[in-house]
Amino acid sequence: MEKMADELHVLAVDDSHVDRKVIERLLKISSCKVTAVESGRRALQYLGLDGEKTSVGIDGLKVNLILTDYSMPGMTGYELLKKIKESSALSKIPVVIMSSEKILPRIDRCLEEGAEEFLLKPVKLSDVKRLKNFILRGEGDNEETDKRIKEGSSRKRKFQDDSLTQSVPSSLVTGHDIQSTPESSAASVSQQPLSKQPKIG
Amino acid sequence: MELHRQLANLRQSFFDQGYLDEQFIQLEELQDDANPNFVEEVVTLFYKDSARLIHSIDQALEKQPLDFAKLDSYMHQFKGSSSSIGAKKVNTECTQFREYCRAGNVEGCKRTFQQLKREYAVLRKKLEAYFQFARQIGPIEMASRPN
Repeated sequence: MEKMADELHVLAVDDSHVDRKVIERLLKISSCKVTAVESGRRALQYLGLDGEKTSVGIDGLKVNLILTDYSMPGMTGYELLKKIKESSALSKIPVVIMSSEKILPRIDRCLEEGAEEFLLKPVKLSDVKRLKNFILRGEGDNEETDKRIKEGSSRKRKFQDDSLTQSVPSSLVTGHDIQSTPESSAASVSQQPLSKQPKIG
Repeated sequence: MELHRQLANLRQSFFDQGYLDEQFIQLEELQDDANPNFVEEVVTLFYKDSARLIHSIDQALEKQPLDFAKLDSYMHQFKGSSSSIGAKKVNTECTQFREYCRAGNVEGCKRTFQQLKREYAVLRKKLEAYFQFARQIGPIEMASRPN
């Protein structure tokens, strides 16, 4: 059964109490259902990937988006991303990585491993709204997504559309009036990963 | 209304004097009637995290030789949460500390950490007073009711 329109279920993963609370609020304000966990391990348990039987039925509580911090003790967001993308059951769930550090090789590595987007912390309401719109537009449309990937467009283009003219973003976001449509994402350029050559799988 | 103006001025002074930045405003915008204490709740979590990290860093700074990787890791966490609430001056000290860590500068680390603790204490005191004042004077609607 497809998820109801506008009711996204997001699994948020972050070891910081402060950040978990904030991201949870951002998601709830954006009318998303939220499950917030503190580690990659817990996330895998929730998703039923840890090898143990969990009481959570994945179908009943389908996760539409995984939003994970990068730097976490034990399992990094990157390692979590890898595990999800390696799983046939879960690889289609979009994964977005958050980090307070704008380290280009790190960003590239995540995107190449299949992350949809890389967000710079602190995450803003406009980022979440943009993510939500992207997921809602893309959901149930996997055929088109696969076709796009085969045609060589980068995954990131689902967000950015034609606004891929990236000047090197400053890591400080000032009070831009950021709309939630990708067309105006130039205003939120500091939250966008830099363009790179797409990896054709 | 006078008290509310005082509160507003107090709040503005935090931005003018560089204690808080735009991120604090982002948090305020997430607050509403259903979640009227959101900002204070987040800030309280910040105090909790900070107390734990300060303690860990204090201990780590006693060791010889210093484990810079560990210190950097603690400070990364501290910087993350201070940035999440918009604690600008604290954040600046965190950045400075990490630079000293990476340079392996023991004196720099210790000196900066003392500075950081001072900034943190000042901020905490200001914010505690602010939230307490806000609670005391109540929402604006009540204040404008005629006697």
